[in-house]
Amino acid sequence: MAMEIRYSNVSADYQLGPIRTKNVLDDVNLFVKPSSFTAIVGQTGAGKSSLLKVMNGLIRPKQGEVKIGKYSVSSNNDPTSLKEVRKRIGMVFQFPESQLFAETVEKDICFGPLNFGVGLSEAKEMAKTAIYQVGLDASFLPKSPFSLSGGQKRRVAIAGILAMKPDILILDEPGAGLDPIGKQEILSLIASWNKNNKLTTMMVTHEMDDVAKFADDVIVMEKGKIVFHDDVRTFFADLNQIQSWNLDIPEARRFQLLIEEKTGVSLPKICLTVEELADCLIEVGLA
Amino acid sequence: MNKLIIGRYLPGTSLLHILDARAKLIAGFYFIFILFFAEDWPAYILLWSFTFWVMHLSGVHFKTYIRGVRPLIWLILFTVCLQVLFTAGGEIYFEWGPVTISQFGIVSGIYIFFRFVMIIFISTVITLTTKPIDLTEAIHFLLKPLRIFKIPVEEISIMLSIALRFIPNLLDETQKIMDAQKARGTEFGKGSLFQQMKTLVPIFLPLFVSSLNRAEEVANVMEVRGYQPNARRSSFRKLRWKWADTLSLVIMIFLTVGLLIMNTIV
Repeated sequence: MAMEIRYSNVSADYQLGPIRTKNVLDDVNLFVKPSSFTAIVGQTGAGKSSLLKVMNGLIRPKQGEVKIGKYSVSSNNDPTSLKEVRKRIGMVFQFPESQLFAETVEKDICFGPLNFGVGLSEAKEMAKTAIYQVGLDASFLPKSPFSLSGGQKRRVAIAGILAMKPDILILDEPGAGLDPIGKQEILSLIASWNKNNKLTTMMVTHEMDDVAKFADDVIVMEKGKIVFHDDVRTFFADLNQIQSWNLDIPEARRFQLLIEEKTGVSLPKICLTVEELADCLIEVGLA
Repeated sequence: MNKLIIGRYLPGTSLLHILDARAKLIAGFYFIFILFFAEDWPAYILLWSFTFWVMHLSGVHFKTYIRGVRPLIWLILFTVCLQVLFTAGGEIYFEWGPVTISQFGIVSGIYIFFRFVMIIFISTVITLTTKPIDLTEAIHFLLKPLRIFKIPVEEISIMLSIALRFIPNLLDETQKIMDAQKARGTEFGKGSLFQQMKTLVPIFLPLFVSSLNRAEEVANVMEVRGYQPNARRSSFRKLRWKWADTLSLVIMIFLTVGLLIMNTIV
């Protein structure tokens, strides 16, 4: 079941040790369409991760509230209601493999479901489903997570989140630090999870190619504020704007601009992926 | 994790921040040493005034210091209890086997409490106002004489500075892992003691794994960059002794004299 996400006037501080960063989120208003795949981009420290963390109460807003379906996260939540929210939201952190701890892959994947009150046999069943969902198989279940390769660890960690059967999936740079193939596989997996289950997905990323390939909508964050939120084509249309945010454009789009400059022919539409570019080139007779 | 104040450094521009780390370290240890010579309340009042003065000088809010004592309060109370229960003398209020609650016991318990808190305050002042790297440099300097006993002073100081260097990373990582496990439904500080201990496994295990990995990495990096453990090395950071540092030690001497005078009053 897809749930609506709505932020109203959310402001939050971030505290690590004695150092408090004020207004990592500054009066954020946001409505995320159910079942959409939203990419969150912006410079380091713009508040991208905080935007996600506030959703499941890991950072409490000091003002405003976040509504997720019928649940709400605000400054006066009691901890039990947060657990309900966290059950609905699967959050994949940056380098999620660093959270693995159990002796076996199976136990680690079961950890989430068990915490949320699922019975042991059912949790094991969920673990089995999840391990296939991330492209591994049941032979991994009895292995130690520490014996796996980097990419496999990441899959196991993501399986640990998927096993919770969340309604919303939020991810903080799920592809960071993986080899190109591993990264594409993980992202395709997430995208297909989003499409097949019609689950709202939000993902922080730095890779514009991934944004172009997978996202429906884009959020640009700057200094704790959302400065842009619209669909991906509108986002990549205005080059000056993108440059002013210090962001990049996808490889295909850059190549398109280069072709247009060299040949003087302007292509009929903005191409975000290699396939689109190829089609356009055929259409105008350049290829 | 975030509550631990002792051992933290807070950047600032106060007089204490500018003082040489060696001066602060010597003065700090010296203060703790003379603390044990305080015999009666006038001496304690003097030492407390000094402590408050120094805390004020550091420019750090008083609340921060109180927060620094809080995690150690059980240790303090435990010591105080031992002192109260096993010191005899004066008027006896309660007796049971070797356990007595006596006038002397209570008085010395109170003194112990104040002494303990003062030690924490003073050491917190030092760490709050001194960059860890300067502190290790100072320790290195002060340990230098031990070289004649074949103690590997260089190695100890490099170990210390590496350890200190990675504290922020460790805290950061702890926070991240805690967040990750919270998102998977762990609730900290809930349920029985046993349940609470169980919630620590998913934090400490990943932390140990990543710390060991990092130790390995750092060792490799040092190796490939040609680090030699027993080489004589110069230091990038030079501690500079200024007149204010000498002055701070002179103040300590005055404090000692004051303490001795106070001890004779009652």
